[in-house]
This record gives sequence, structure tokens and C-alpha cells, in this order.
Amino acid sequence: MTDQNSSLSHLDLETPEKPFLDANELVINMGPQHPATHGVLRVILRLDGEKVLGLECVIGYLHRGVEKIGEHRTYTMFNPYVDRMDYVAAVSNGLGYCETVEKLLNVEAPPRAQYVRVILTELNRIASHQLWLGTHALDIGAITPLFYTFRDREEILKIYEKYCGARLTTHAFRIGGLQYETYAGFEKDVKNFLDFFRPKIDEYEELLTTNRIWVERTKNVGNISAQDCIALGVTGPVLRASGVKWDLRKAQPYANYKNFDFDIPIGQNGDTYDRYLVRMAEMRQSVRIVQQAVYALPEGPIMAKVPKVMKPPVGEVYHSIEAPKGELGYFIVSDGSTQPYRVRVRPPSFVNLQALDVMCRGQLVADVIAVIGTLDIVLGEVDR
Amino acid sequence: MGQIVRYIQSYLHSDLTPGAAGNMFWALVYIMLVFVGLSVAVIAMNWLERKILAHMQVRLGPMRVGPHGLLQPIADAIKLLLKEDIMPAEADGLIFWVAPFVVVLAAFTVFVVVPFGPTHAITDMNIGILFMLGVSSLSVLGIVMAGWASNSHYPLIGALRSSAQMVSYEVAMGLAVVSAILMTSLNAEGTGTLSMIGIVQAQQAQHEWFIFKFFPLGLVAFFIFAVAMVAETNRAPFDLAEAESELTAGFHTEYSGFRWSLFFLAEYSAMIAVSSIAVTLWLGGWLRPFPNLLSNSTWDRVFSLFPGVTFLFFAAICFYNAARMPKHPLFRIQTVGLAGFGIVLGLIGVILFIPVVSIRVQDIFWFAAKVAGFMYMYIWYRGTFPRYRFDQLMQMGWKVLLPMGLGVLVLTASVALLQEKLWHP
Repeated sequence: MTDQNSSLSHLDLETPEKPFLDANELVINMGPQHPATHGVLRVILRLDGEKVLGLECVIGYLHRGVEKIGEHRTYTMFNPYVDRMDYVAAVSNGLGYCETVEKLLNVEAPPRAQYVRVILTELNRIASHQLWLGTHALDIGAITPLFYTFRDREEILKIYEKYCGARLTTHAFRIGGLQYETYAGFEKDVKNFLDFFRPKIDEYEELLTTNRIWVERTKNVGNISAQDCIALGVTGPVLRASGVKWDLRKAQPYANYKNFDFDIPIGQNGDTYDRYLVRMAEMRQSVRIVQQAVYALPEGPIMAKVPKVMKPPVGEVYHSIEAPKGELGYFIVSDGSTQPYRVRVRPPSFVNLQALDVMCRGQLVADVIAVIGTLDIVLGEVDR
Repeated sequence: MGQIVRYIQSYLHSDLTPGAAGNMFWALVYIMLVFVGLSVAVIAMNWLERKILAHMQVRLGPMRVGPHGLLQPIADAIKLLLKEDIMPAEADGLIFWVAPFVVVLAAFTVFVVVPFGPTHAITDMNIGILFMLGVSSLSVLGIVMAGWASNSHYPLIGALRSSAQMVSYEVAMGLAVVSAILMTSLNAEGTGTLSMIGIVQAQQAQHEWFIFKFFPLGLVAFFIFAVAMVAETNRAPFDLAEAESELTAGFHTEYSGFRWSLFFLAEYSAMIAVSSIAVTLWLGGWLRPFPNLLSNSTWDRVFSLFPGVTFLFFAAICFYNAARMPKHPLFRIQTVGLAGFGIVLGLIGVILFIPVVSIRVQDIFWFAAKVAGFMYMYIWYRGTFPRYRFDQLMQMGWKVLLPMGLGVLVLTASVALLQEKLWHP
């Protein structure tokens, strides 16, 4: 940290700011039971009145040892566990894991499976962003968007429920493809959803985008520069809102994203308002992708040839996907047995949460809430 | 005995408020009526807020306790009263105990001067509006006490925010009020009044509600007051003191059960109180709408039907919903209950058509209807706006509302002076 050549040196994280006029600083413990910490995040705030001098995140209250569990399960058995990390974007987690093991096994899912995967994953991105929008707005004091987003998210969950029987922890994908063929009327449901959902984004935007209070609460709040984002490893909409055009769907196309035409929305200022706009635009882009995928959904097998007992060759693999919250990576080491030797997950929430201190310094207490909301963290993923 | 009866009867033909007429008996009766009416209003408000907010947010709201959740506030009240009374070990006991009572006292005392009609007020003080602003700002004392006595960080921050907010918005509020009071002096004698009843009578005499006076000056002053009163009562979008997502519950985080319900009661009665000030100062108090445009006795007759019609309308809604109830034995009691409620409302409506009653109740009805409009706005704000940040709130109070208030005051005074000197020399 103190190395002058390090790109983080200018953040000067080691020297704490002093309160104004040597006033007593107030240390407040926010969480782990707090309505706005999105679960069980504990933030120790050092305040000078309302101004934040610094903060420290205490995590681990939801630690379940997912990575360790992975070492004691076969590759197939571990698949449902990854759903429990980012439980609002379970499908993305599943996609990341399945693709990583496929890479290790050197198999590829058949085209139809790829298309269904893209449809479900992008729907999941919409659902995740909807949940983010609702809770973020709720934290800033607008209670109504929450109910609108939950009403519309329900339609996505209904599609999941019809497809695989589960709504939240879906376990939708299998290593090598899909277990289930899509149900009769799947395409119609998805198309109906798209038609239903397009005007709803406008409805959310109508409530917030030009709302004076919303703009005042989010503009120039929790700024983070592109440089800091890269230094801290922040990815996803937070990075893109700072002006870096980095989306793994374009940068390192996985699944069959290279077949689809979509834009990467970016912001300029890296503030909470830009992150809001970026995510709203991402929802529209996801609609575009699903639209293309569902109209081009090919016929064919849904499962590649995968051995019953999976024994990947000795080796290691890192594969990452663009989850709704950022880069979700899996690093799996295989020792040639049926169980992975080591599973390491690179969760976007965990890495993005590091930026909280940088983003909150010098802001007010109310902004901490806004910034926690805008980082879109899920504690299940932070703690694993 | 006869003397007592005569004492009681002597007031009946008076055209003064009981307090001003010096009749203790009727003053006590009015106090009881206001107290009961206010409590019922708070209970109704509790249900209405949850229902209206729920319907704005595509949900149903309370539906289980009683038909359409009508008994929910009563169930809540029972729950709150039966709850264990918890006081934090480190709290300052006496202050912790007193704080909710200070808040409630401040919120209820202001109703002494609220004019529900020319004779329908507990008393008519010649400093009525001053008294009202003064007493209602005492509640900040109770809030600071609650925050301090809890001996906990969140309540302390909540109380600090709340006190800063209330103190700074009172300035803008006061300026708006002064500009309205200036308008009361625009008569032949040039004498203004601070009496709540006097203010409404001035609007009656000038044939103009003050919101339309010197357009748009009255409207701007009203707007300043309407914003400041939301901040004053700590309601969304200015509910920083009890910002749930930041400070859990603000100054009353450590309170539970009965004490908490006192804060709740105080919050809602304060909302009603400031709305009554706004109604009195700008919206013609108890005066019916369109007093100039539709001013002959036929229209008087038509408008006097409004109270009864309103209650019959509510009754009709009850009957309609009772008819829509599922025809299942489980819903029998709810259907009967709702129909019964409708019958009660209908009976009240019918009674209100009796001319003797209707003439006496009209003032109260129009006043209550205007206040109810404000209450609806309060709920609407809550469903629509995000919450302001503390510094933005302060900026708005000091940098926007205060200069606006000063400007309106100066302009109102100049226009009034010009009118007096130039057009009516």
C-alpha cells in the first residue's frame, strides 16, 4: 500500500482522516442486523458528526464454507451449491460453474443448450437488477419501486418455476448442457415477458430517473475513478459506470454471446447515478439479447456427451463470466479424481465491496447506505 | 340544580367559543370531543395510510383483521398496549419516561385553538397562531430528550437531525405565516389579527381565500408552508430523523409498546395540527368552497347536503364491498361486519341531513375535508419521493425556502401597502 509505484498509493488508505477541530469521532456499528446492509454485512463507521471519516467492513456472518464443501463433493454434486452463493442470480452462478467444468473436461454444450442458457441467464440478469433497483431505491427512501420491481420479477421467477421447478436456487444447468428440455410454451412465455417488461423499465425510470430528490441523492455520491476501480479489481456495472468498457460477454465471449448483437452501456462520472443508469440500460440490453436468442432458438440435443462418472484430467482451469454484479470466476484444480482438489470462487460482490471505503470517505452517513445499495452486494456471495 | 342547567344552557345561544365565553362546562365537553375525535382520526389515519399506500404500491394492505383490515388499528393498539415495556439499562430513566409525554402534550395542546367552525373551537385566543406555532415546536424538545435519554448512537443522531431540521424549517414556516397574517389587516380599520378564528373571518370578509390573494404571492407562501410543514412533522421525504434504512428508527429506536405508540400518536396529531394551520391560514378554514362564485341561498342549500352525501357515499362503498365478499361461511362475519359498518355510516349520513344538525356540522365537515386532503398528500408524498439527505435538506431550508419566504413577505407587504395607498387612498 505504501509503495509509491502502486496505483493505490494515492488513496492513502493507511492514514486515517482526522475529525474537524479535533472533535471526538463517533464510532457507529452498522449491522450485522440493520435494514439497509442487505443481509448481514457489518460496517464499522467512524463519523465526525454526519461525515464519514472511514469505515471498515466486517464480513463472514454468512460464511458457509462453500469452497471447502466443493472439495468433498463430486463435480456434479457441487453444482447445486453454487446457486446458494449469489442467490438472486443463481442461474449465472450455475452457468459459470458448468462452463468451468466443461472447459476442464473439454466438452462443449450443444447449441440449443447454449441458447437456453443465454435466455435464462439474461433473464436472471434482469431479475437481479430488478431486485437491486427495488432495494437500492428503498434504501434511499423511495418505497414504491420495490413493489413494482418485485411484481415484474415474479414473471421471470414463474418462467424458472415452470422450467425447472425452482424459483430462486434453480440449479437450471448441468455440466454438458441441460437436464430438462424446455417446456411446451417456453418460447411464448419468454416472448410474452419481453413484451410485458419493456414498458415496465420506462415505468421505473419515470419514477426515478428525473426525480429531483433521486438525482440529488445519487449524483456525485460514492464517486470512484476508473483507475481506482481497476486497482481494486472492481468489475461489472460499477466499473462500467466509471467509463471502462469492460464486459466479459464481449471481451472474452463465453457461451454463445458472440452470436448476439448488443451494446455495453457505460457511464462517465462513476457516481451512483451513473451506476443506476448503466444498470437500467443493461436491463434493456438483456431484453435485446433474450429477444434475439428466443427467436433464433435452434432445435437439437440439449446434452453433450459427458461421462457418468466425471474424472477430469489433472490440471487447473480458470473461467469467468459476466454475472449481473461483475466478473464471476471459478478456479478449479483437478487431481484426476471425481472430486475437485480445490475450488476457488472469485465473487464479484466480495471484490466490489472493497471499494466501499474509498467510495464513502468524506461522504455523509446517508450516502453510505446509497453506496452499499449501488454496489449491489449479496452477502451470500461475499461470505460464501 | 336549576342554576347548573341554566349555566349549561346559557352557552347554547352564544356565538363565541366556549373558552372565549368563559363557560367551563362546554369547554370541557369540547376538550373531550376534540380529544376523542383526534384519537379516532389517528386510528383512521393509520388504517388509511396503510391502505392507500398499499394500493399505490400494487398490494392489498391489511386484509385479515376485520373486513378489509378495518380492525387492524385496534388490533395494533391492543398489541402495543400489551407489549412489555422495555427501558435500556443505560438509559436515563426519568427523561426517557418523560420524553414521549412531552411530545404528545405538545401535539395535543395545539388543538386548543384550532377553529373547526366560528364557534367550534375550545377557545379563541387573540394570539392563536403564535400559540400554535410555539407549542407545536415544543415537540422537538421531547424528541431531543428521547434521543439523548436512550443513550444510544442511532437515537442520538436521529434526535440531532430532527432538532436541526425542525428549528431551521420553523424559520421559513414562520415567514410564510407572517405573510398570511399581513393579509388579515387589509380591511377598513387596517387591523390584523393573530386569532385563528379571526384569520378565517378575515378571509370571509375579504371574499378571498388567502391562497388566491395577490396571486401568486399567497400561493407561494402556501407552498413554502406546505413544504415546511412536511419537514416540521418529520414525514417523507423529510423523514431523516426516523430514516429507517439509515438509523433503523431514529429517535424512538429504543422505545417499544405504549411509549412508542405515544410517539406514533404525536406524529399523526402533529400532522393534523399543521394541516389545520395551513387550512386556516390559506384555505379558508371552515368556509365552504366557491363562496363567491356560487353564493346564493340555493347553493348554500346544495353545499349543506355535502356532509350527509359523503357519509352515504362511504356507506355505499361498504355495501358494495360487502356484496362483493366471497360467499363462503368463513366470510360471513366479515360480510355482516362490513354491512353493519355501512349501516352505521348511513345512519350518520341520514342524521346529517336534518337541517338543525346539518347547519351546525357544516363548518366542521369542510374543515375536516380540507385537512383530510392534506393527509392524503402526506401519504402520497410517502409513496412517491425518495428521502432527502441531511445537508440537502438544510440547504433547501436555508437557501431556498428562507429567501423565498423573505421575498414573499416583502412583496406581500409592498403590494398591501400599494393597494392601501394608491387604490384606496
